[in-house]
Amino acid sequence: MDAKEMERNEFEGPPDDGVAISVRNLRVRYGEREVLHGISFDVKTGETMVILGGSGSGKSTLLRALMGLEKPAGGEIWIGGKNMCCVSVRDMAELRKKLGVSFQGGALFGSMTVGENVGLPLREHTPLDDSTIEVMVRLKLEEVGLSGYENFIPAQLSGGMKKRAAVARALAMDPEILFFDEPSAGLDPIIAAGIDDLILKLKKAFKMTIVVVTHELASAFLIADRMILVDKGNIIAIGTVEELRSSQHPRVRQFLDRVPEPEVSEDEGFLDRLTENLHL
Amino acid sequence: MPVTETVGQATIDGLAYLGDLTILTGRSLHAIAIAPFQGQRLRVQRAIHQAMAVGVGAVPILSLISFFIGTILALQSAYELRRFGAMGFVASAVALSMTRELGPLMTAIVVIGRSGSAFAAEIGTMKVNEEIDALETMALDPVHFLVAPKFLAMALMLPCLTTWSDFMGVIGGSVFGVGAAGFTFVSYIHATLSSLVIHDIVTGLIKSVMFGMVITAVGCQEGLSTGLGAEQVGRSTTSAVVKSIFLVVAVDLIFTLLFYFTASR
Repeated sequence: MDAKEMERNEFEGPPDDGVAISVRNLRVRYGEREVLHGISFDVKTGETMVILGGSGSGKSTLLRALMGLEKPAGGEIWIGGKNMCCVSVRDMAELRKKLGVSFQGGALFGSMTVGENVGLPLREHTPLDDSTIEVMVRLKLEEVGLSGYENFIPAQLSGGMKKRAAVARALAMDPEILFFDEPSAGLDPIIAAGIDDLILKLKKAFKMTIVVVTHELASAFLIADRMILVDKGNIIAIGTVEELRSSQHPRVRQFLDRVPEPEVSEDEGFLDRLTENLHL
Repeated sequence: MPVTETVGQATIDGLAYLGDLTILTGRSLHAIAIAPFQGQRLRVQRAIHQAMAVGVGAVPILSLISFFIGTILALQSAYELRRFGAMGFVASAVALSMTRELGPLMTAIVVIGRSGSAFAAEIGTMKVNEEIDALETMALDPVHFLVAPKFLAMALMLPCLTTWSDFMGVIGGSVFGVGAAGFTFVSYIHATLSSLVIHDIVTGLIKSVMFGMVITAVGCQEGLSTGLGAEQVGRSTTSAVVKSIFLVVAVDLIFTLLFYFTASR
């Protein structure tokens, strides 16, 4: 389904049951520059939504807004029955305990061991004692294939292992929604495939809602239930993998078929641009 | 841009920066003094760890610097005092200078170089690596988690370090006093203690606490406002040191004026 075929009515109140995330007319600005131009979409409970887009398309900004790290200039983001755009600090904190985030570089705390990183949310937000936390940390590391690495510091881990440790930390509080920011970025194909397998495993075992931002097509097609294609701050396509694959929208085809931007040849202006402000 | 606009913009930017520092300090003090009574625990372990790094780690270099400063002060004051045959006042000159001014100021400068820059670098690197974002997404306030323990550590350690600096300065002065000014060690210490009143020591310690708050606020604010990339971390660290030194001296001036005009003698 292309974005033009989606008709969204003006939205008032929380979304229906069965919808984990609901975004309505989301606008985000950096200074004077608007990066997202009134985006609207839903993510159903238990589905894996992949947000695709090229560099500078706004997909990372969209993810940051969903995680509550960017304050929107307009629109609404409903998660857990609360509108994130105007929720109190206390309610935002409670909401964030239900979310898990795996950042692009892992964002593990360098001064802590892997075990301390994974156990941090439990130590800060639960009354569990140290022994129980240690057992839970081992369990989470087991789930991501990092058993025995509790006492390693992040600098001792490879890129793929850091990503796995970051996922383990994101899973610590058994979140309802899991966010991945470029999970395969910077990894070789074999390790990246391992991360895809991990996401599929989490999807199957825990049936949690997963939102993934990536520009890796192979990964996206493998893990997605539905996909969104973001281009220049707008959604140009949303639908299942097959719907996007069969889309005839020119920008969708250009992205999926990996067609580079055409070079615009302007003979007259070209030399002027090259020599602008130069004293020759 | 006309000069008036440049000056105006710089003034506005400066006031905005002071506002940011005040907000950060206020939030940290809330985390230390009020939040524990609202169910949010104070991270004492982190504060102790920071205090070890800020305080214990600075003792060797601060001892040396304070010792040298004390000797220099004794020499410089002796230059003039010997013209009046008043070498007996060398001990009090060193003691008053150290406790009222140079002890707190030199301690602050050493701590700026060691810890103020380290705070900016640590938090700046965390910002670049998205670790600050990670804290926020885990419902952990970066100010409560990272900044407040540093404030607590500084508030505890700066007065301790200043006291040690005062002591080492007096010892440094005593080397000259015993060696060339006709004192014995006991008479030098006796002259030192006779010249000091509690006001001299307390004003120095109050200044040291204020200096500690300035150093922490500036170091952490620079770290939290670091831009993207390693170069920006370097910029933040340099900026933290320069701004801390300036603001410490400005605060020193304010408090010295305050103590002067409120002194009873």
